[in-house]
Amino acid sequence: MAEKVLMKGNEAIAEAALRAGCRHYFGYPITPQTELAAYMAKRMPKIGGVFLQAESEISAINMVYGVSSTGKRVMTSSSSPGVSLKQEGISYIAGADLPALIVNVQRGGPGLGGIQPSQSDYFQATKGGGHGDYHLIVLTPASVQEMADLTALAFDLADKYRMPSMLLADGTLGQMMEPVELPEEEPHIIEKPWAVTGTEMKREHNIINSLYLVPEVLEKSNEERFERYKKIEEEEVRYEEYMMDDAEYCLVAFGIAARVAKNAVVALRQQGIKAGLIRPITVWPFPKKVINEAADKVKAFVSVELSMGQMIEDVKLAEECKKPVYLCSRSGGMIPDPEQIITLVKELEGGNN
Amino acid sequence: MKRITLFMGHYGSGKTNIAINYAHLLRGSDKEVTIADLDIVNPYFRMKDSQEEMLREGIDVIALPFANSSVDLPALPSQAYSLVQNRSRYAVLDIGGDDRGALALGRFTPYILEENDFDVFFVANFYRPLTTTAADALEVMREIERAGGLPFTGIINNSNLGAETTAETVLRTEERCSELSELSGLPIVYTTIQEDLAEALSDKIPNLLPLRLQHRIFDL
Repeated sequence: MAEKVLMKGNEAIAEAALRAGCRHYFGYPITPQTELAAYMAKRMPKIGGVFLQAESEISAINMVYGVSSTGKRVMTSSSSPGVSLKQEGISYIAGADLPALIVNVQRGGPGLGGIQPSQSDYFQATKGGGHGDYHLIVLTPASVQEMADLTALAFDLADKYRMPSMLLADGTLGQMMEPVELPEEEPHIIEKPWAVTGTEMKREHNIINSLYLVPEVLEKSNEERFERYKKIEEEEVRYEEYMMDDAEYCLVAFGIAARVAKNAVVALRQQGIKAGLIRPITVWPFPKKVINEAADKVKAFVSVELSMGQMIEDVKLAEECKKPVYLCSRSGGMIPDPEQIITLVKELEGGNN
Repeated sequence: MKRITLFMGHYGSGKTNIAINYAHLLRGSDKEVTIADLDIVNPYFRMKDSQEEMLREGIDVIALPFANSSVDLPALPSQAYSLVQNRSRYAVLDIGGDDRGALALGRFTPYILEENDFDVFFVANFYRPLTTTAADALEVMREIERAGGLPFTGIINNSNLGAETTAETVLRTEERCSELSELSGLPIVYTTIQEDLAEALSDKIPNLLPLRLQHRIFDL
């Protein structure tokens, strides 16, 4: 086993990306993800990679578009306002069926907002974000270890399905330090016969493009893409269940909110209330099935979020009105504490008796 | 203990925690103490959780004017000059932000050198990914020295794995820290250990500095 190291979440993403074979990073600094870029700036030149601080987020994402066309693993990272700026480029990357990793270490919004942690870019991340019909594969780490593990997975999934993936973290996870075991294995190589690498006069040209002026052709490209999305929804859903076996109250939370929710589950059980947690690890594809099945057993759901309530809409769609769904959240950079969740669930329990 | 003690080292090596504990140590021996967080790179004020307790014990706390205000503006507080000019108080300086952070220290360096009653401790955590070896740590050390203009006078081995730290965690780094000591020609002035593990190591490591850690909000 590799010796553990103590890392900030932002550093863990960077190191895991390097170990996943990423040698191209383009970004623009913004709190609270700057350590990621700083780590890349330090390491890339030593291992023959490219770190480039672009003049803007828009520029950076278009550099990602270019490098991805050549089949290289490539990434960018930012925080909420910066990720908004990248949306046009992300849509182009999705439209050109290119893999790339976009990291969003979220901070409070809207607008310039603040620098404290948030999950209020959930809609943007899971519903497309830019223009047009598309999705990103969205992975939500809940620990520094997962910041590393899911970074590697995000590269693999992006390559496998030829689409951009997103690591949706938040300022807490970016800044906090925890022990991590870094992957020692070689990066997974996924063949990219579509890449623009020079034909050497031996094959047809590969063309990377998102412009389709003939509507029939554009429609067909959308339909093909959605066939792939269907497969992803069937095969790539990831989640963790915590004390759900006999749970009567199901908390649903991802990322840092799930860490808080876990503490609430334990405290509630100590007080005789059967709580459990479903933690989506992919929020697109969303773990609809497990939530729908839980709805047959629990009394109510509580969506715990660092936003005014965004994931709650997916929880409601997933459980199909079988049981009431409540929101427990803080926004603007605030984090709900376990007590807030406990109080809400106890009120629900009181109402049920 | 010198009048001014500076703690410098790589990002996340544990400077703030040590500086806070060191300030308490000074205060405990009836010294008048001021502690300052002078990390101009990271806009979070990391002493916040301990601030109230320090103030209660009579430790003066100097923070950056815009820390934790969401204004991401690197500026030093005007009171920072009192650290070098008021020689009646002990000063504990937490200088974060690697070499770029140390650059801000430069303006105080002439005062510190002139008074010549200072220690500059390099805080090392060999479990941090960019300083896992003595050679890597030495490189960071030299970068900080060049930027801040102050020579290190000692090393603090603060090797830890956060909540997963055991006595063994610390013992495994002794060799690397000795190597750093040889390479740099500087003594290991302290090896830190969280308070509850201090007993297990008391007869194994000299100059142990038991640390009280900041409160954790969630533990799962």
